[in-house]
Amino acid sequence: MAYIAPFADRVDLLRVSAVDKVFPGNVQALRAMSLTVREGDFISLLGPSGCGKSTALRLIAGLSEPTVGRIEWARQRARGDLGVVFQEPTLMPWATVSENVFLPFRLEGRTFASVRDEILAALKLVGLEKFQNAYPRELSGGMKMRVSIARAMVTQPKLILMDEPFAALDEITRFKLNNDLLEMQARIGCTVIFVTHSVFESVFLSDRIVVMAARPGRVIEELHVGEPYPRDAVFRTSAEYAAHCRAASQALENAMEAAA
Amino acid sequence: MTVTELDEPASPETHAVDAQEARRTRRRKIERTARWVLPILVMVLMIWIWDRIVVWNDIPHFILPSPARVWGSLSGDWVILWDSALLTGRITLMALAIAVVGGAGLAILFNQNKMVELSLYPYAVILQVTPVVAIAPLIFIYVESKTVGMLLCAWLVAFFPVLSSTTLGLNSVDHNLRDLFRIYGASRWQKLWMLQLPSALPFFLGGLKIAGGLSLIGAVVAELVAGTGGVGTGLAFRIQEAGYRLNIARMFAALAIVAAMGVFIFAALSLLSHMLLRKWHESAVKREY
Repeated sequence: MAYIAPFADRVDLLRVSAVDKVFPGNVQALRAMSLTVREGDFISLLGPSGCGKSTALRLIAGLSEPTVGRIEWARQRARGDLGVVFQEPTLMPWATVSENVFLPFRLEGRTFASVRDEILAALKLVGLEKFQNAYPRELSGGMKMRVSIARAMVTQPKLILMDEPFAALDEITRFKLNNDLLEMQARIGCTVIFVTHSVFESVFLSDRIVVMAARPGRVIEELHVGEPYPRDAVFRTSAEYAAHCRAASQALENAMEAAA
Repeated sequence: MTVTELDEPASPETHAVDAQEARRTRRRKIERTARWVLPILVMVLMIWIWDRIVVWNDIPHFILPSPARVWGSLSGDWVILWDSALLTGRITLMALAIAVVGGAGLAILFNQNKMVELSLYPYAVILQVTPVVAIAPLIFIYVESKTVGMLLCAWLVAFFPVLSSTTLGLNSVDHNLRDLFRIYGASRWQKLWMLQLPSALPFFLGGLKIAGGLSLIGAVVAELVAGTGGVGTGLAFRIQEAGYRLNIARMFAALAIVAAMGVFIFAALSLLSHMLLRKWHESAVKREY
């Protein structure tokens, strides 16, 4: 099990400095965004649609380049240092569950046999070891999302980016996956940046919430949740949780007003 | 960690089904039988009416032969017709093979190089929209070998559906999967082989089904234009020849074989498509109620 340092003495993983992103047609998707991500952090980007949270994620993933500003990793980024989970499970329908989880290794040119143990471990982590040979269409929405998470975690990445991964799931499945996600993060010790528009989800999961506003997309406020992990169903009903939710809701409301 | 949303095994006790569901099940069962029985009934009925029209109106066989006479020609001339069918079938299958290789190959080339696509695609469309009957006589002026000429005609009609549907398929990759491949540093060939080709497969197979029928049409048209000479005689030539001799029964018999070949090609390609897609593609998956 990986060790996650207490909040105070974590080392930097990557730094986003004064990043602007302008799309053709003079659309400013992101203005002056700065964010320091430290190893072991669980950061949520919270905001209304159009606030640039997905754009920020794509920039961090290296899928698009900042118009102004820099995104720097503390150490050279290697293959497999980054895992991504999208809003849809984004599985290859023609491949079985284990072949889907094998994908990051396959693209590195490794054989299935050489990483069989890693694949099995990732599937165990998400509780799907019995479904190795199933095809995605045979699985429920929540199970597909678990496969997607297993694929993102199988390379033991330093950073996992999640773009509203549970938005399309029903609430019961979503709660369950929120609980499990924290457990998985603790187990492999990775850093997570999590895009969401749910106040409750962001409070439950994160130690830092970056609240963003739209038109142009920008950071309004950074909230520190700071409650200790592991968090469980008890935390969900606690007074602290409610207080953080109130604060986050207020910040979100300010963000909406700032945009209006 | 436990997973709650996994399916529980079904309980062994059986439950009574309500009347509506029972009706639905019964209707499905009837439809399954009717799918086969009704077309056969229609065929029998049509043949019977045909026969009655010939008998009641005393129509001479060189104008409209009775079904029995067509059957007689089919069995009596079987050796001639079968040889011709083999020839037409060979041209059709060879043309289909070239159409698949050429169509899919061009699609991949277009997909890999935008400039090549922009240069050549308009001409692919022009080749497709010009009727093959109009091009065929020219082809046989410049191409010495009848076989090559016939293949060229059949290929001209058949390659376009493969090209256009495969192109569509190669471009229909889920954009998130495309991003994922980029994040993991996939090479262009890895992307083509592991992502674009599997995504394009259902589209390609749809194009293939159309191309199968078209290559038969192309082969028949080419034969009609080429006439005989050197390569033996295919079914289309048999139809023409029987027409000149007022052997209408043999025309019908040859026509029936052409139709049967078309059906066979379609059925074979549908089966192939089902085999390749049944495990994962929505089109091949039986829906559970």
